[in-house]
Amino acid sequence: MKSKKNTTGLPTLHAGIVVIGGGPAGLAAALEAKKAGAPSVLVLERDTAAGGILNQCIHNGFGLHYFQEELTGPEYAGRFLHMVRETPGIEIKTDTMVLDVASLPAGEETRVRVQGVNPTEGYFQVDAGAAVLAMGCRERTRGAIGIPGTRPAGVYTAGCAQRYINIEGAMPGRRAVILGSGDIGLIMARRLTLEGAQVLACLELMPYSSGLQRNITQCLEDFGIPLYLSHTIIDIRGRERVEQVVAARVDENRRPIPGTEMVFDCDTVLLSVGLIPENELSRAAGAAIDPRTSGPLVDESMQTSLPGVFACGNVVHVHDLVDFVTMESGRAGRAAARYLARGATDGGTEPPAVPLYNGDNVTYTVPQRVHPGRLEKACEVFFRVNRVMEGAEILVTSGDAILLRKTRPHLAPGEMERLILPAALFDRAPEGLRISACPAEQGEQGE
Amino acid sequence: MNQFLPPLADTLYDIAIIGAGITGCAAAFELSKTGARIALIDRDGDVAAGATRANSGIVHAGYDPLPGTKMARYNVEGNALIHHYAGELNLPFRETGSLVLALADGDIAVLQELYRRGLDNGVPGLRLLSAGQARTLEPSLSPEVQGALYAPSAGVVGPWEMALAFAQTAVVNGADFLPCCEVTGIRRDGDGFLLSTTRGKLRARRVVNATGAHADTVNDLAAPSRLRIRPNKGQYYLLDKSQGNLVHTVIFQCPSAAGKGVLVAPTAHGNLIVGPDAQDVPDPDDTSTTADGLAFVAEQVHRSIPGLSLRDSIRNFAGVRAVCEEEDFVIEESAACPGLITLGGIKSPGLTSAPAIAKACVELLKKSGLPLEPRKDFRLYPLPVRFRDLSPEGRAAMARKNPLYGRIICRCETITEGEIVDAVHSPIPARSVDGVKRRAGAGMGRCQGGFCSPRVAAILAREWNVPLTEIEQDHPGSRLLMGWTKDPGRA
Repeated sequence: MKSKKNTTGLPTLHAGIVVIGGGPAGLAAALEAKKAGAPSVLVLERDTAAGGILNQCIHNGFGLHYFQEELTGPEYAGRFLHMVRETPGIEIKTDTMVLDVASLPAGEETRVRVQGVNPTEGYFQVDAGAAVLAMGCRERTRGAIGIPGTRPAGVYTAGCAQRYINIEGAMPGRRAVILGSGDIGLIMARRLTLEGAQVLACLELMPYSSGLQRNITQCLEDFGIPLYLSHTIIDIRGRERVEQVVAARVDENRRPIPGTEMVFDCDTVLLSVGLIPENELSRAAGAAIDPRTSGPLVDESMQTSLPGVFACGNVVHVHDLVDFVTMESGRAGRAAARYLARGATDGGTEPPAVPLYNGDNVTYTVPQRVHPGRLEKACEVFFRVNRVMEGAEILVTSGDAILLRKTRPHLAPGEMERLILPAALFDRAPEGLRISACPAEQGEQGE
Repeated sequence: MNQFLPPLADTLYDIAIIGAGITGCAAAFELSKTGARIALIDRDGDVAAGATRANSGIVHAGYDPLPGTKMARYNVEGNALIHHYAGELNLPFRETGSLVLALADGDIAVLQELYRRGLDNGVPGLRLLSAGQARTLEPSLSPEVQGALYAPSAGVVGPWEMALAFAQTAVVNGADFLPCCEVTGIRRDGDGFLLSTTRGKLRARRVVNATGAHADTVNDLAAPSRLRIRPNKGQYYLLDKSQGNLVHTVIFQCPSAAGKGVLVAPTAHGNLIVGPDAQDVPDPDDTSTTADGLAFVAEQVHRSIPGLSLRDSIRNFAGVRAVCEEEDFVIEESAACPGLITLGGIKSPGLTSAPAIAKACVELLKKSGLPLEPRKDFRLYPLPVRFRDLSPEGRAAMARKNPLYGRIICRCETITEGEIVDAVHSPIPARSVDGVKRRAGAGMGRCQGGFCSPRVAAILAREWNVPLTEIEQDHPGSRLLMGWTKDPGRA
């Protein structure tokens, strides 16, 4: 092992690629990076087992796209852990928290220096030629949405309640109201019911659910749990433990309408009110963040604004399906391996990246910019829309020119969309591409 | 958890301090420097469970109270004492300085009045600033600002840490902290008192009433008193640490007939705090937040800092001020009931004044005939050094010392398992998830315990050797869990 400049005096490990996070994104990135020829991959996982949040998602529905099978979360994670174990050159350190990621100047063999800590090895640093950020996301909390009332025990984010039930085998409550119809909330409505608890209602602020239709059917309708759209919680009552929740209908400006109050006698409130990519490390490292996704800006290879630092999975944007996390993360892993192989000679004369703009009704795209010269055949773009559209058109435009037109039977904010843009398209739009979505009839008029 | 607390032993204390908020804890600290036998009693399961953990955390400079009042004196004295204790007890404290903003016509005259009061009260370093000078200090201030009063000695402190450091020092010097012990009766007993509590009886030569918004009802247990508390609630936003640098000083609005205004300040922990409003409430325990109260705070803060976004709010909370009829603190030995010392009406600047009020309390006890001699073996019990505050080398050394300092439990705040275990085994042990939060900081961050609270609960269960289902969020009775999924007794 070559001796390297070590300014801190900390024990130093060396890896070709360091992957931060051993959930589905990190495991897929590690696997594909190794397959693509990376000499060594080190995965740092904060939990005591790799697999990420999948380990507590014991319901099925994972893997339909990637494995063409219906798996549970632990099974899906298990397949990747198995593949990782069968692949020499990938090491996973669990129980290991990364506390700092620094991107080093171009020209250094070490491009990324990571500081981490675990109980067995203590505090150490890792010098790597490239890094993949795969820290996932966290749940929005009561404080973030400002639900008024008392602050008793019994108010949980849905994922926290899921951990109590599925990992600890303990019941967070017996009579629950769920705020937010995100997928974890819907899954937990069914889970609580199956464990003998009563779920009195699922309340959704928006006039549409942010969860997948299949979850609304299988987790609410099949169990007779009412879904109240355009409703929110306006008061939580109870001193030690939740005793009551007051809900109300909201108007089009999401303000509670007086006179529409409903009181639920319950001991538990579950919140499923959105997920936020966890980018404190990315921000501290200096990666540019897209305020619309709250994740790093990435290009077609999932490279962030920091050369040699890639990102994938829910740390970039929140996905609905782990299958797409896997595919996106594989891309990041392969690109990190290519980056490592090219070494510090990368860059130079290639044309600048082409930006992707959010057109009508589109809230974000990932990637946000594309290097046409690095595309093989096409570029996979994920995006979300800001409203429900039945019979919709997706338009890819450059100036006034419509370069691509796709129809979709249904678009909704709760469902991430995927679009394949042929490489040739980018040659026609060096100034950037705009992706828009509109109801089909409106699209006709626009012609 | 609290059913494991034993009934009280039949101990005769020299002093029973009722209420383990900042006032009671500071009194216990000051009295533990003497040889007195002290009981620090609280109805809740922990210190700092009331207004002490729900306030602005400001160390006021002391220009606000009217000259000649107890408030003026103890504020300025308390400010100096906190500066001193911050180092000795390793308190989270920053001397940030404060600005009072003139935002409306007539405010400049009020600032001048506050400036004069400050000089009278002995506040060091006060300066009247032009609008331009104020904006140089705080670039995010509103263009409407016409001028400001700058007080360099103001600061911010971790209120519950300060209470804890005081109380733990008292405990290592021999004081008893008796949690979950609500006083239900105070009766004369010889030349002392017999206290009935929810954990049994205890006797004490003197009683100190430091029960905040309950001070009137507790006084009345002993003898009818003139003190009347009018509980007044204030609501807050606490913002993510990413917003902690938006301002660097404590920013007040000029007090007016409409109220004392809404402040914005960095917290001692590095967050940003915004609030409070002021609303009279009948129930001294009403710490609920309301949509109207929070909306008022959100609207008012933009008068000071128009660019402030509450999108990064991580928590709302409310605290109840112990406002009384008197404009001043009520710090006296009861005429109707000699031997009962009232530390009452301790509203703002109560947190700042607490260390000075504690010294006044010692003097009142001496005057009441209780002999209080300094003890020679008094020792301070500073708050622990935080893993996250150390350099990489310091962290490495800590993790080498004990592998549990190498396991991060709270990812948002970088709190290790070792620190949480220490909190459970500290002189006043953490009994609940929020008890751990107040001591170690776990769960204080942006995910508000979403990730770490199950792990903290599991550590509490392990260290206390109780089932996980016994663990409470905070107050006695605030059970986190309602049994197991496979309870044999359930169908």
